[in-house]
Amino acid sequence: MSQIPAELKYVSSHEWIRDEGDGVVTVGITDHAQELLGDVVFVDAPEVDSEVEAEDEIAVVESVKAASDIYAPLAGTILEINEELEDSPELINSDPYGDGWMFKMKLADAGDMDSLLSAEEYADEIAED
Amino acid sequence: MANKTPLYQAHVDANARIVDFGGWDMPLNYGSQIDEHHAVRQDAGMFDVSHMTVVEVTGSEAKAYLRYLLANDVDKLKESGKALYSGMLNEEGGVIDDLIVYYLTDTHYRVVVNASTRDKDLAWMENVAQQFDVAIAERVDVAMIAVQGPNAIEKAQSVMSDEQKNAVAGLKPFVAAQAGDLFVARTGYTGEDGYEIMVPDSKGIEFWNQLAAAGVKPCGLAARDTLRLEAGMNLYGHDMDETVSPLEANMGWTIAWEPEDRDFVGRKALAEQKAQGAPRKMIGLVLEDKGIMREGQEVVVNDEVVGVVTSGTMSPTTGKSIAMARVNRELNEEQVLVQVRKKQLSAKVVKPSFVRQGKSLI
Repeated sequence: MSQIPAELKYVSSHEWIRDEGDGVVTVGITDHAQELLGDVVFVDAPEVDSEVEAEDEIAVVESVKAASDIYAPLAGTILEINEELEDSPELINSDPYGDGWMFKMKLADAGDMDSLLSAEEYADEIAED
Repeated sequence: MANKTPLYQAHVDANARIVDFGGWDMPLNYGSQIDEHHAVRQDAGMFDVSHMTVVEVTGSEAKAYLRYLLANDVDKLKESGKALYSGMLNEEGGVIDDLIVYYLTDTHYRVVVNASTRDKDLAWMENVAQQFDVAIAERVDVAMIAVQGPNAIEKAQSVMSDEQKNAVAGLKPFVAAQAGDLFVARTGYTGEDGYEIMVPDSKGIEFWNQLAAAGVKPCGLAARDTLRLEAGMNLYGHDMDETVSPLEANMGWTIAWEPEDRDFVGRKALAEQKAQGAPRKMIGLVLEDKGIMREGQEVVVNDEVVGVVTSGTMSPTTGKSIAMARVNRELNEEQVLVQVRKKQLSAKVVKPSFVRQGKSLI
């Protein structure tokens, strides 16, 4: 069974979102997503300072097997990317909720957080797959 | 219901990720496909290839039949156990399948074809067989295990009886021997030394577990794909199919033009294509920019699409993205662009053979 930490929020495209306060969130892909992808070997990160809309394709995670688009979970501005992933993309496999985080963003509207899935709701979604 | 090989339970017990492959439930990986890949390049790994179709061709005209059925010439096979790689073509010279044929006696050959093409292969073989005194029979009583890597032969022999070891001692590349109830061939699909071993289905799991205990790492289809691509070996349905001739798929060496009076299915069409020059050719690509080339992506020169990637991946041995691509015959650039998702990335043109015996060639 893949891990779905209770304190995080989720979207059905398999990104997780951590509330860092002041409308800032950290985003990565879920344990379930990295299991599906297999060994991650390349990350095409989003551009820092770019403004994105919810569901925009902003990054790509590639495993040996396949490429997977990463979507902006909400509208906002990209503040920072995880530069460690350039040399160590495998962190997404080994620690998807920790060292494998992908980017931080400032939300256009912090209230948008309410539209995200809870851990329980996300667990139900992937159980249906 | 998907087919299951005799080794299926061993994969489940090892927590393999199981996927459908040509109607078979097969292990994709047992954790990390990269670790499995490296095990084969550096030590020894094994693959369940029992899904592949084994066909016994017997009868007084077995040789004449295969000389007509295949583009390569089984008359080259003089020593019992000797194997030959060949395309089986249609009348237009397109590849119905690629296969290995083992010579056992003049009236008995063993053919191994792909799993995903089983039905059409058997239908084609039966159809051509009507003109010959020959019988075609599929073997469904064997498991097949490919043991590959620099230490594969030593480790495989460590689980054999003395009698079996004697039977395979000094086996040359591309030759097989019957060793007790094992049929052991020094062949493979990884670019490494090793065996492909047929074992009675009832003993398959026991033999698999013995190999695992001897330090041979179970490897899934995902690693098999990166290994064969590094070795520059074609995958049917991706690098060639019925719309592609062997001349367009780096399989020219598998066409036996001599003797000239041997007719085989597709010969006429191939000869015409050879005389005019095949319209397309296969090349290898090594990506110079960051990214990963994938099947179906376009190859671009001077803003013009000149071909398509037929297989592409990240190569675990070289750390680079490698690909095979089919391009227009005229292409002679040393560098091309590949449309990788939204970007055009630069790739170097090379011979489509990237790694052999653990060493990078690029």
